[in-house]
Amino acid sequence: MSTTMTYSQAIREALAEEMERDPEVFLLGEDVGESGGVFGVTKGLAARFGTERVLDTPISEEAIVGAAVGASLLGGRAVVEIMFSDFATLAMDMIVNQAAKTHYMTGGRLTAPLTIRLVTGTAGATAAQHSQSLEAWFAHVPGLKCVVPSTPADAKALMKAAIRDPDPVCFFEHKLLYNRKGEVDDKVEPLPLGRARVAREGTDVTLVSYLKTLHDAVEAAETLADEGVSVEVLDARSLVPFDRDALRASLEKTGRLLIAHEAPQRGGFGAEIAAIAAGEMFDLLSAPVARVCGTNTPMPYAPELEGFVIPDAARIADGVRALTVAKVA
Amino acid sequence: MAKVEKRRAVSDERLHGFLREMLLIRRFEEKVEERFRAGELPGFLHVAIGQEAVAVGVCAALEEGDVITSTHRGHGHMLARGADPRRMYAELYARRDGYNRAKGGSLHMIDTELGFLGANGIVGGGIPLATGAALQLKRSGAGRVAVSFFGDGATNEGAFHESLNLASLWKLPCLYVCENNLYGEFTRQDRHQPISDVALRSASYAMPGVIADGNDVLDVLRAAGEAAARARAGEGPTLIEAKTYRHRGHYEGDMGAYRPPDEVAEWMARDPILTFGARLVADQGVKQTDLDAAAEDVERTLDGAAEYADASPHPEPDEALEDVFRETVGGAALR
Repeated sequence: MSTTMTYSQAIREALAEEMERDPEVFLLGEDVGESGGVFGVTKGLAARFGTERVLDTPISEEAIVGAAVGASLLGGRAVVEIMFSDFATLAMDMIVNQAAKTHYMTGGRLTAPLTIRLVTGTAGATAAQHSQSLEAWFAHVPGLKCVVPSTPADAKALMKAAIRDPDPVCFFEHKLLYNRKGEVDDKVEPLPLGRARVAREGTDVTLVSYLKTLHDAVEAAETLADEGVSVEVLDARSLVPFDRDALRASLEKTGRLLIAHEAPQRGGFGAEIAAIAAGEMFDLLSAPVARVCGTNTPMPYAPELEGFVIPDAARIADGVRALTVAKVA
Repeated sequence: MAKVEKRRAVSDERLHGFLREMLLIRRFEEKVEERFRAGELPGFLHVAIGQEAVAVGVCAALEEGDVITSTHRGHGHMLARGADPRRMYAELYARRDGYNRAKGGSLHMIDTELGFLGANGIVGGGIPLATGAALQLKRSGAGRVAVSFFGDGATNEGAFHESLNLASLWKLPCLYVCENNLYGEFTRQDRHQPISDVALRSASYAMPGVIADGNDVLDVLRAAGEAAARARAGEGPTLIEAKTYRHRGHYEGDMGAYRPPDEVAEWMARDPILTFGARLVADQGVKQTDLDAAAEDVERTLDGAAEYADASPHPEPDEALEDVFRETVGGAALR
């Protein structure tokens, strides 16, 4: 049995079920309590679980994340919302210097198993300080796991896994996915991190993506199918750990790789995937690895400017078309 | 300075214990300095020589189950909480039997069993962590408290202000203990903040701000004891400012040339160990021979600790790959 629900509802259900399961799970963040968060993800949870477990906080990102880390050191299972991932910049000491390194620098004697929900990507004309896709920053820091779900079903299963994970997990949620609907099984088990999903099977080109861009990639693949190009779309689902086996299995079929994400191309996670393919799977490649990513600019305000910056299905399709004729020199 | 005879609640045995603990901290660090200067230890070293009374006085107010976050100058806090000098030396010597298995060193040392949640390499970094620990202690409802040590310099960090605001708002059982040693790194207090009493900053957060003589272990205990009682009763956090002085530079190798000689001399005369020992002799009838015996005991303990640490193996290089995560997902999270 399954139910149709939005990505936002799926995350909310995961939070609620984990709170039911484990009394140590609690939520905190700006406006997450009685008002349910600016995107409504935690709506109703304060009424259901009490304001002692769904904590509204001051606008103090460093103290909020620090409180979540500190509580997690003593066995609390904090799930902290960063209302816009851009605001994580105000909490970077707690995420990067403290939480990420606790287990390592204590020789494995202490860990900070919190979940950091980072609300990511553009919501449409949200401009430079409310639209960033910063997942590559966090993936770069040893000690953090990074999860990037694109569907309601995965969001629910991965949120459960993130909360139960014994390490700090950065859980990225794309704003334009919140209202996107999908089928979710009525009984959802945690999905182990590090397992990619074949979102669409194909034989000519492997297209790796995640979060909102994954859906643009699928749309591009559908367009290309009409042109006789068979695209396999791989949904990464988590960046740390990243599913190398799934990438290899797909490249064994296709021999061609394109990576698409909303984040700026330079230093984006696509560069890491490209390096994995080039360094470890070179024998499988019959063309140079290609990327279709955000431009190396801040996010602009005007819709036509934003549209230029962010890759869409048409641009991804163009990238695939170019790749189908490219050859290794 | 508080008179010993006014402190009838503190037994003679405890008073002796305070002196021994301060001496242990002092000699622990002096011995580390010797090794460091001889080039035998890697890394950074920040000693708290001169500040021992704060660590001992605050920890004397704590109970089992209470927790601490510390600073880059944290050896004293850890020893005052009862940590094992053998494993502390082993960590400083970068050996496998160290508290952090040689992954942390001076700046990151922990003892989870004692609730010592770590020294910290980031100025102010431990303050939000103690706040979160206090949140968890409050949630568990066991009447435990968290203590955050930090210096005057850290009170200019946003982490300090955000944390005190949150802790007071939520009435968290937290003691914020500022060791005001008059310098933020190389910069004198009057050049890094426009106030001389850090305790004033409590007013913005509607919590008590208490000044203690940081070179008087009993005055520190008084302040910490009151704050801990308040926290355990659910009345919220307290900011304690313990005024003290570090006898050394900011780190080992810094000669502290930015400090006026008169100021240094004045504070050296107020050495917390010498003055407390003199008071025990004058007010408590303690014999100098007892103090000497305590000093000898400390030497024996530390010599044994150094032997233990020297005998501990170095880590194997590839142990560097361990401990990044608790669960590596079959190693995938490391690649």
